Amino acid sequence: MSARIGVVTFPGSLDDRDAQRAVRLSGAEPVPLWHGDGDLHGVDAVVLPGGFSYGDYLRCGAIARFAPVMNAIVEQAAEGLPVLGICNGFQVLCESHLLPGALTRNQNLHFVNRDQRLRVDSTATLWTGGYDQGQEIVIPVKNGEGCYVADERTLDQLEAEGRIVARYVGGNPNGSARDIAGIANERGNVVGLMPHPEHAVEHLTGPGTDGLGFFTSVLKALVSA
Amino acid sequence: MAAVKIVVDVMLKPEILDPQGQAVSNALPNLGFATAGSLRIGKHVELELEADTDRAALDQATRIAETLLANPVIEDFTVRLA
Repeated sequence: MSARIGVVTFPGSLDDRDAQRAVRLSGAEPVPLWHGDGDLHGVDAVVLPGGFSYGDYLRCGAIARFAPVMNAIVEQAAEGLPVLGICNGFQVLCESHLLPGALTRNQNLHFVNRDQRLRVDSTATLWTGGYDQGQEIVIPVKNGEGCYVADERTLDQLEAEGRIVARYVGGNPNGSARDIAGIANERGNVVGLMPHPEHAVEHLTGPGTDGLGFFTSVLKALVSA
Repeated sequence: MAAVKIVVDVMLKPEILDPQGQAVSNALPNLGFATAGSLRIGKHVELELEADTDRAALDQATRIAETLLANPVIEDFTVRLA
């Protein structure tokens, strides 16, 4: 039986269908999860997709954090459930305190939408095990509030513990601290990523298939677990 | 129990860059104003809470601010009676 990966839809999620498609292309079964449902239906992993949950009211991800589905995710993430938050999903993970720091308005104030080169700096997470350390990949970035901030102590700790998952290469699109594009929790099961791997899974619709690795990595980790 | 009007002001911490404030500040000279020494933009929240005393309402508002209205990682807030 193939792994079942849940994709949460909040009011205002945009990339939930693309994330489901990426899950399917990676060989897993996508399971739609609804924000108001506190039952994760026994999924093996969860993707929080991009978009503008609750219209980004108050702060990006601030209201989504209190959705019933998030209570279940926070609880099970502590037990090791693999969780990937993409863009708005990354913001939700920070607001939920599953990841440290916060994402703020892009320093140049522009909404940046382009194919972005990244360097994978940690393969020690459940979502990046299939990449090579230092591998450069190209996946789309599209955000208005993707500037990662945290205090110096937290940034030093992330560096020291190898929890900076990916960095922007060839131009930082949003002023993110230390060129951070993605980070992981201590255990490596929760990863937040500002760019969109689910938009780079097919040659027809993306810059390539470099994004597929996030989904196949977790699949492999689930199978071997 | 009475309705107590409360104001919560939320501001980005001084060390967090405020590109929105900067952009507004940069627009001032175009309008013939002198450039502002500093211009930062925050949120002003007005709420009405049912409580026995002002103190109880302020305490409740503080908890609301800590939990939802402000993100303590990047923002400071103040709570006062309206």
